[in-house]
Amino acid sequence: MRKNSEILTRTDIIIVGAGPVGLFTVFEAGLLKLKCHLVDVLGQPGGQLTEIYPKKPIYDIPGYPSVLASELVDNLMKQIEPFNPEFTLGEKAEKIEKIEDSLFKLTTDQGTEICAPVIAIAGGLGSFEPRKPPLENLEKYEGKGVDYIVKDPEKYRDRDIVIAGGGDSALDWTIYLAEIAKSIKLIHRRSSFRGAIDSVEKVMELANSGKVDLITNAQVTAISGANSLESVTLETSNGIVDFNADYFIPLFGLTPKLGPIGEWGLEIEDNAIKVNTYDYSTNIPGIYAIGDINTYPGKLKLILCGFHEGTLMVQSAFKHIYPDQKLSFKYTTVTGISGLE
Amino acid sequence: MIEVTVIDREGEEHLLEAPTDMGLNMMEVCKSYELPVEGTCGGMALCASCHMYVESDNELPEPTEAEEDMLDQAFFVKPNSRLGCQLKLNEDLDGLVVRLAPVGE
Repeated sequence: MRKNSEILTRTDIIIVGAGPVGLFTVFEAGLLKLKCHLVDVLGQPGGQLTEIYPKKPIYDIPGYPSVLASELVDNLMKQIEPFNPEFTLGEKAEKIEKIEDSLFKLTTDQGTEICAPVIAIAGGLGSFEPRKPPLENLEKYEGKGVDYIVKDPEKYRDRDIVIAGGGDSALDWTIYLAEIAKSIKLIHRRSSFRGAIDSVEKVMELANSGKVDLITNAQVTAISGANSLESVTLETSNGIVDFNADYFIPLFGLTPKLGPIGEWGLEIEDNAIKVNTYDYSTNIPGIYAIGDINTYPGKLKLILCGFHEGTLMVQSAFKHIYPDQKLSFKYTTVTGISGLE
Repeated sequence: MIEVTVIDREGEEHLLEAPTDMGLNMMEVCKSYELPVEGTCGGMALCASCHMYVESDNELPEPTEAEEDMLDQAFFVKPNSRLGCQLKLNEDLDGLVVRLAPVGE
């Protein structure tokens, strides 16, 4: 009989989070000939650097007087390329279970399964999730008229749609759904938009031709309906108004949440995982936590500290995987990068 | 040293002492007193997790375009809405009263 582990993706270290620390850990693991598989809820590597501040310069990366966050991610991707890391992007690490004595299985929210003897959680502030408006009974209507992401545009055909937000996704989906929906309203708190100029112009055109009902200086303050969403209440400069709506799509960007990490049996303190600074191990042998997600006395949430943590962590991971093998420490100036040979 | 008042989401008032010579902003002051302000981006005006309402009539610099853009990601934005990270502590803020804005779950 085949064991479960034989039919699953198998690697040495599963890294949860493809931010700068997760990425650099691939390099340090690679020097020890350990393979890595990264999982990230975002569709692209880089974590906060890509999602929150790609165009901001960072000044405290050793050797770089200044480097743009997006450049640092590009460089890290190049640096780890020789070690052929595998990526599962756009999926949230949902569950960790022990399937054998020294083997974990990680399952994502989309059902992808990956096995490894070691898991390194480099989850930063948690997983990026859509920011939910603090409206009463919001949860009641989730999946029953309230959507935070547009997965299948066809479901909005010939329906009454209300979109809220002022960024690119609000503008882009308004433009796209204007062709499909029976009616579409875009609600924004002020009259200027921060999205791409082209998109702003297109929305204005659609508003002028009556295809989009653009309501600015307004905010959604309540939603209601018997079993599913039926109406949306707005506070506008002219007072309170109600509109019929089959769907309400609030698009207010993404925000990080600790999410499932909090349910993996790890010791948590103030939304961070407690680790031993000897090797950044957690209370579960074989699971480590590095970067912004961990906490210990004297912790500083810096990329450069995360690099250090990942470096020490893989030494311990090696010993965990191969308890009988000796590990000799070598400089890259002596050995070069084996993957490049 | 100045004094500012922060009203939390339960309506409780916190009178806080804050130094003006450390380059602090209101987001950081709230965090240092362990009030529930996230400040996810660390103060770059790149998230909206330090949204607060200014309830006193202190003279404040107008919000920048970047701050307005980020307020688009906040909820229940009012004319007195600001991002705490963009309110740099100085003598003008003495007696400031802010109320923390509601957050989604």
